[in-house]
Amino acid sequence: MTLTSSIKRDYYYNLVKNGKRADGRKFDEFRNIEIETGLISKAEGSARVKIGKTQVVAGIKMDIGEPYSDSPEKGVMMTAAELIPLASPDFEAGPPRENAIELARVVDRGIRESEVIGLDKLCIEPGDIIWLVFIDIHIIDFDGNLFDAASLAALAALFNTTVPIERMRPKLERQQEKIPSVKTYLEENPKDYQLPLHEPPISCTSVKFNDVVVLDPSLDEEEIAEARLTVATDKNGDIRAMQKGIDGSFTVEEIKKIIKASIDNGRTIRSKLEESTGN
Amino acid sequence: MEQEIKLIDDDGKRLDGRKADELREIKIEAGVLHRAEGSCYLEWGNNKVVAAVYGPREAIPRHSQNPLKAIVRARYNMAAFSVEDRKRPGPDRRSREISKVISEALGKVIITEKFPRAAIEVNIEVLEAEAGTRCAGLTAAGVALADAGIPMKDIPVSCAAGKIGSKDDFGKKIGGNIVLDLGKQEDNFGDADLPIAISPRNGEILLLQMDGHLTVEEFEKALDLAIKGCHIISKLQKDSLLKKYHVDMEVD
Amino acid sequence: MSREKREIVTPSQLLGDTNSSRAGRGTFIENGKIYSEIIGLLSKNSDYINVIPLKGRYEPIEKDFIIGIIEEPLSSSWLVDINAPYPALLHTNEVPWDVDFGETDKYLNRGDSVMAKILDVGLEKKIQITLMDHNLYKIKGGYITHIEPSKVPRLIGKKGSMISLLKKYTKCQIFVGKNGRIWINGDNDNILKVLQVIKKIESESIYYGLTDRIEELLKKDAKELQ
Repeated sequence: MTLTSSIKRDYYYNLVKNGKRADGRKFDEFRNIEIETGLISKAEGSARVKIGKTQVVAGIKMDIGEPYSDSPEKGVMMTAAELIPLASPDFEAGPPRENAIELARVVDRGIRESEVIGLDKLCIEPGDIIWLVFIDIHIIDFDGNLFDAASLAALAALFNTTVPIERMRPKLERQQEKIPSVKTYLEENPKDYQLPLHEPPISCTSVKFNDVVVLDPSLDEEEIAEARLTVATDKNGDIRAMQKGIDGSFTVEEIKKIIKASIDNGRTIRSKLEESTGN
Repeated sequence: MEQEIKLIDDDGKRLDGRKADELREIKIEAGVLHRAEGSCYLEWGNNKVVAAVYGPREAIPRHSQNPLKAIVRARYNMAAFSVEDRKRPGPDRRSREISKVISEALGKVIITEKFPRAAIEVNIEVLEAEAGTRCAGLTAAGVALADAGIPMKDIPVSCAAGKIGSKDDFGKKIGGNIVLDLGKQEDNFGDADLPIAISPRNGEILLLQMDGHLTVEEFEKALDLAIKGCHIISKLQKDSLLKKYHVDMEVD
Repeated sequence: MSREKREIVTPSQLLGDTNSSRAGRGTFIENGKIYSEIIGLLSKNSDYINVIPLKGRYEPIEKDFIIGIIEEPLSSSWLVDINAPYPALLHTNEVPWDVDFGETDKYLNRGDSVMAKILDVGLEKKIQITLMDHNLYKIKGGYITHIEPSKVPRLIGKKGSMISLLKKYTKCQIFVGKNGRIWINGDNDNILKVLQVIKKIESESIYYGLTDRIEELLKKDAKELQ
């Protein structure tokens, strides 16, 4: 565990009581966000997102496979996150621990529950063949707020994704004998096409310390945070997901303020996303 | 039967247009991460790797400590999306082996006696793979170590050579060409692959692996070619470091 | 003011030979030749060839003043993080309080900060520090920031000129540890000012005659290497 000097914590507490943050930001201000897409040519879609110095790379890979028995007409999506030792002296190598697992699940839910991916459009033959979408998130540099950086990277990568008909053609053609409708599918979709997606919700994370709430915590702020709240909002300003973390608490007033800040910033981040993915 | 692919034509041009002794395009950037003590981002053809160094710091667990010198732990890992068919996250046997040979190569050039009981951790992450990832990884690791201020006798550099095109159009075995820096098709359908790493100052071999089939003469030719490649790349490594520090520092 | 640009050298770069020079800081000898072992600034004088590191963790030297952060209270000592490859040990004999066995956490706990002095760097790099010197104590209030240990001399300036200037202008107490940790005490606005200046010093050029200061530091180092 990183050793934070108590001096640092006292100083931060003091600063916020006087309305300031260490890096000069306002309480409801995000750090600079950079989005780059298509950097990994082997992936069906990819993106690199920087929020301040936090850096995340997300890659999308697709394959064909069998659907789940309880949803035979839907494609399957799976999200994994790696907090690789590259990104921080505190990340250990080995199977994912709770932080990585929670991160993957929160990002996954944000995309799944709001049906960003049109999974029902990823069916080739109900009950037999569907498309699998793998979302893999790699944290490259860690300076706080992994939830938002990872979610944004996953979304940007999805918007950059094309269904790999050309690459998968040999594999698909091998299925034609058993499943004749594959032939029709290939005739209808002879080339790679953009992955069908719906409007994504944008997630914004806030933390609380010393009775003050700040948005987009830096690493230092995360280290002294007593409570954390992530709110995902859609383009209508409606709430699509929420996740509270750490063992402190929020007042109802604080939660309302956080929601407002999340909606406002969500709007800005959404247009940035649309700009960089050409949507 | 499968490969009708002619890896090299009669004019000596390879599939991607390179000559036998030509390297793919390499770009190196030092100091790209802010948390790591030293780091490097490297592109080599379509390979994209990031290397980060942490340490020296006390080796944990205690029983792994060497009272006389630092231990060097390299961890080579491929991202799930780095290859055409998604790779399951986590180290497989291949990654473990590559991690080991890279650790050993680095251990030779780092002046480990300066840091008894400590560990120097090198993390290599392959974001996109296209033949030669261990060479790219080790080369990036060398730059990251220098960037971290770890004392070294040399900056290690790695490159591969191999043999391709030893079948004529009728599938009969004939000559064959020794080429530098195998590309993906050449790696898959060629006859031999020889990745090496050297200490460029004195030419000492730090890493050497070979798979395929080579006569002694062919091996020597390939080795010589790979060493030449290493020297070219060594200059690129040093340039990337000087570029970064030149920008950072203007001293009185 | 002259701005002589120093040459940056990389590991394994040939700098000279033992017939005409002595190997100083940041170098190693092989077959009578002197090479650089790190990326750094080349500094030659009449006797020695040195390479001043541009990066790297702090290398503890006896008598250095540093800022440590307590990692763990043990029964009769504390493990202290000093930004070196190893934690240092602070023994209960080396603090100005009367600490009973097992009572160490009553005085210093994990996360507390101290201004200390390197007492001893022993075999296997076991480092011992002390609080028994005037002006050394447990730190309260203010803010601790850090810079590359190799840039500390630049921050201090020739005969402390830079740091005195900072103190005067911002009316802050400033203590610069040789290990790159810096303690600043004052009102919040002034602390922010100091932080900004430190950032500038770390990344930009300055003209305060640091050449002399660095050479002094090097002469001292070189003597210890003998």
